[in-house]
Amino acid sequence: MNIDNIKKQFPIFNNKVHNNDLVYLDSANSSQKPQVVVDRIYDFYTKEFSNVGRSVHYLAVAATNLYENTRSMMQKYINAKDPNEIVFTKGATEAINLVANTFGQKFLEEGDEILLTELEHHSNYVPWHYLRKLKGIKINFAEINNDGEITIESIEKSITPKTKMIAITHLSNVTGAILPIKEITSLAHSKNIPILIDGCQGAPHLKLDMQDIDCDFYAISCHKMYGPTGLGVLYAKKKWLEALPPYQGGGGMIREVKKEGISFGDLPNKYEAGTMATAQVIAFGESIKFLNQIGIENIEKHESELTKYGEEVLRKNNSVKLVGNPKNKGSVLSFTLDGIHAHDIATILDEDGVAIRAGHHCCQILHDKLGLTATARASLGVYNTKEDLDKLNESINNCKKIFDR
Amino acid sequence: MNLKELYQEIILDHGKNPRNLKKTENFNKDAKGHNPLCGDKVHVFLKIDENKNISDISFEGSGCAISMASASIMTDLMKEKKENEVKELVDDFLKMIKDSPEMKSKIISDDEKTKLMSLSGVKQYPMRVKCATLAWHTLTSAMNNSQEEINTEKFD
Ligand SMILES: Cc1ncc(COP(=O)(O)O)c(C=O)c1O
Repeated sequence: MNIDNIKKQFPIFNNKVHNNDLVYLDSANSSQKPQVVVDRIYDFYTKEFSNVGRSVHYLAVAATNLYENTRSMMQKYINAKDPNEIVFTKGATEAINLVANTFGQKFLEEGDEILLTELEHHSNYVPWHYLRKLKGIKINFAEINNDGEITIESIEKSITPKTKMIAITHLSNVTGAILPIKEITSLAHSKNIPILIDGCQGAPHLKLDMQDIDCDFYAISCHKMYGPTGLGVLYAKKKWLEALPPYQGGGGMIREVKKEGISFGDLPNKYEAGTMATAQVIAFGESIKFLNQIGIENIEKHESELTKYGEEVLRKNNSVKLVGNPKNKGSVLSFTLDGIHAHDIATILDEDGVAIRAGHHCCQILHDKLGLTATARASLGVYNTKEDLDKLNESINNCKKIFDR
Repeated sequence: MNLKELYQEIILDHGKNPRNLKKTENFNKDAKGHNPLCGDKVHVFLKIDENKNISDISFEGSGCAISMASASIMTDLMKEKKENEVKELVDDFLKMIKDSPEMKSKIISDDEKTKLMSLSGVKQYPMRVKCATLAWHTLTSAMNNSQEEINTEKFD
């Protein structure tokens, strides 16, 4: 795997940041886009544009086929059983809201419980919180251990007879912990509890097989997978998509509309109301091709080596404290520096062209638990190299120098 | 102004060793402020005497160097100021941070202006402007006896 060649496919790296080469270490937030994805959006709008699924003219039929083609590619990419188990949404956030809203409506009653973990991103907490107000349900949080991991024991301990749904992250966007989702799924199913995986950080880095994992729902954010913004995917088992009510109402998702009543369309249209992010869906097909060309196994290997290297480099740096120490860790290096606030770190690193994120990374529950208000986070993508991590370390030392003056 | 100038000695000095970081005894006005994006928190305490002078001012809180330095410099500056002067200085400072090249107020010395101008480097980092202005919005809130916590996300 030649990273130079891969990096060349990303036009962003032709630009300088404050006169420095860009060291992009913010892929957990959003990944950069390869040229093929950018071109595909341009080509679609300039040569092929039409709305999908509504008209019978040439362009409309062609656009519909392209749109549905990405659905089939995604089905294969994550090994779902049926293309209709792939629902396009505006992001992972909408995917989780869709499940919380429709599942809550139909299956939850006062006193029922949802089990989350302390690692969850706000988008896998706030949608469930609404049900607290609306339905009087209770939310429980499985606790992390000292290494910032969630173990199967921690989940098992937190399940009660009232647990009606388990919703957990695949890979923590702060500690990098990879959760044993297959084992947790099997535990959940042994107690007849459905499970939703927030796969935002899993999907760009790990090989996915929905039939093997056997989870009920898996939420994906396409802009973190080298794809366009404004697009996400909800994988859901067909039995759920059939059983749950529709989410949003509007054009495209109905069968028959009368003054007296309405009947809803079949899958996948039932959950895709209104004009969808057509260009993004079509361009996302190129992201899947891009990932397939490199091979997700190769990406996993490359990023896992880089993560280990990054941990080593930062551990050797006495001023750096890594956040969490999970045995099974993916692509995320969060840290603090004694006496320097994360936002000051990020601003100073930025001057060197090193792009990281600082703050609570939409995980306030976790930061409260760790007793931290903010952390700095370097996160990796397929285009990163060991040199990037050396630059990170150098820039951290520069930061120390400025503050120690 | 580049970054090296933003993190110049005066900001680092005040940021690392903030002045007036305590709770004023017998304070008669106070307000809290929060910057949810960074997690910066500040609580400003005022003691205002019968002549409407600020006889003491202090703050408690935690956050980045910019927010701590700003609160530290601000509290130094506001001691012994009159209520109406406080308002003038806050307005002048917020204007300077937003778009004005300098501070116009005649109440403070050129030296004091230079100190405040050291914070103007945040102009080119819009996300950080909120760090620099948090204490100042919170001070206004305390002066107005507002019970509501200042939240930087509610300002532009
Ligand atoms: C773990 C996790 N869940 C959910 C989200 C939300 O994804 P999106 O903003 O694409 O809806 C993110 C992205 O920040 C994330 O990292």
